[in-house]
Amino acid sequence: MTAASTVPNKVQPFRWSVRRELWEHRSILIAPVAIAAVVLVGFLISTAGMPGRRVQTLQLDAAHQALVMGQPYAFADAAITATVVIVAWLYCLSAMFNERRDRSILFWKSLPVSDLTATLAKAMVPMAIIPAVAFVLIAVTEGLILLLSTLILAAGGVSLATPWTIGSVAEQGVVLAYGLVCLSLWLAPVYAWFLAVSAWAKRTPFLWAVLPPVALCLLEKVAFGTTRLASLLADRLTGSERHALVAHAGLQFQMPKGPAPVPPSGLASLDPGKFLSTPGLWIGLAVAAGLTALAVWLRRRRDPL
Amino acid sequence: MACIEARGLAKSYGKTHALRGLDLKVEEGRILGLIGPNGAGKSTALQAMLGLIPYQGELKVLGLDPWTQRDKLMERVCFIADVAVLPRWLKVADAVDFVAGVHPRFDRAKADGFLAKTTIKRTSKVGQLSKGMVAQLNLALVMAVDAQLLVLDEPTLGLDLLYRKAFYDSLLNDYFDETRTIVVSTHQVEEIQHILTDVAFIDRGRIVLDCGMEAFEARYAELMTSADKADAARALGPMQERSVFGRHIFLFDGAERARLAQLGEVRTPSLADLFIAMMSPSQGVSE
Repeated sequence: MTAASTVPNKVQPFRWSVRRELWEHRSILIAPVAIAAVVLVGFLISTAGMPGRRVQTLQLDAAHQALVMGQPYAFADAAITATVVIVAWLYCLSAMFNERRDRSILFWKSLPVSDLTATLAKAMVPMAIIPAVAFVLIAVTEGLILLLSTLILAAGGVSLATPWTIGSVAEQGVVLAYGLVCLSLWLAPVYAWFLAVSAWAKRTPFLWAVLPPVALCLLEKVAFGTTRLASLLADRLTGSERHALVAHAGLQFQMPKGPAPVPPSGLASLDPGKFLSTPGLWIGLAVAAGLTALAVWLRRRRDPL
Repeated sequence: MACIEARGLAKSYGKTHALRGLDLKVEEGRILGLIGPNGAGKSTALQAMLGLIPYQGELKVLGLDPWTQRDKLMERVCFIADVAVLPRWLKVADAVDFVAGVHPRFDRAKADGFLAKTTIKRTSKVGQLSKGMVAQLNLALVMAVDAQLLVLDEPTLGLDLLYRKAFYDSLLNDYFDETRTIVVSTHQVEEIQHILTDVAFIDRGRIVLDCGMEAFEARYAELMTSADKADAARALGPMQERSVFGRHIFLFDGAERARLAQLGEVRTPSLADLFIAMMSPSQGVSE
């Protein structure tokens, strides 16, 4: 058979490169599912005596009611989101390091998949795949919490109108998706930094990714007595909600002391205009693009370990 | 058009010169053995041909520049870099799916056929396979690709004799034809001598011998003779002399066979013997 006589396969290098990442990194799915299960078990235990507590809750003012009733949902959201962010960081730190350490990069490079395609497939995982996993898991977990509360409260004879008054389910879906998209965009430079370090480091990518920024913060503090870099980094790691939502919105855990206004919720809590006009968002995305390009360059040139 | 053409190929790692002006031309449809001691630059030369590292000098593989046109080149070139570079977590069935999903010239039916001849289970992970089975899997994936050039860098290192033999047998019987070119580097010179059409010796970053196997057989001769005829043999200028159980063995480059035959038994040396003669540090008459 000669080369010319073969009908070429239809190829989808990007799609298969993403799938290959999921085969290697099973924890992307397993860890958030485990945490969601823990949250659900905890919630199940907490349902003992729920109807009685709900009757008491209904005596409170609107702000306190919203907070108490929203707590299990806020907690599920926070726990799963925190888990997926950690999973995404660990993924990025190993994505370009493991293939060099086990020399399998030589196998991947023997196939017609460019370094650009392979690297973009890796960047796709924290930017899109992991948030999608988070969306489904949070939606399912919160849906189960809603269903269980409804059944338990109905069985306990408490009004069915009360379990979820914060917004419609569809509206919550939009809020959840918006939050996750903003989080991904806001954290993009962090993911890209971890990917670049994992493409570069000869050992311990975690230390190379974390220690230099910490050292720079320390240097600034000792040399000038200021903490600008530290606050910049803290804002990058935790500031997505603050930049993406209107003031006083977001997940609530602290009981307000005394009477308080009901915090904005649902679609009213979203502020895409503010988010899109935050210079930090665009600076971060530019940095992310630069670091991703660096990761592509490094993958092309770095030898297996 | 030559399949591989290198002129003045050079590569340095810091102060170490891995390649110092390597010249090599490989025509289509040949099986070239690239043979050299450790650190001679074999792997570096192959990596340059595969576009894995930047280099100085001129290099064309299938008419393409491997460094700048690597993505195009990889559709027409396959390589096995080493045994056991398949990742341990990869499932056999997924490996086949992946290559089928990214390689335009991959024939899944062929790969399935090769795998069916082995004991490899499709649900196994690479980490569960023996080293020999991993090499079989890698070979099955590579042979199912309709490539014009196959590069093998120490493909059987660490495998037992049976796997090594089966590896080269299937390569020759099920894969090789006149439209393909194979370049193989290995230490196990004697095992591949019979499959090669060409041989190149590489030493300290340069090609020190480059010839077809017919030319090799015509050019080099090994004479085995007794002690009383040793001086007559020495007078003909052997490239190496050694003695085994009182018999003297001389290696000649370009000597007339008829004249040698008057002194004793003449035969074609093995590549391994010639390799040792050319690479040994003294490179002259040994004790």
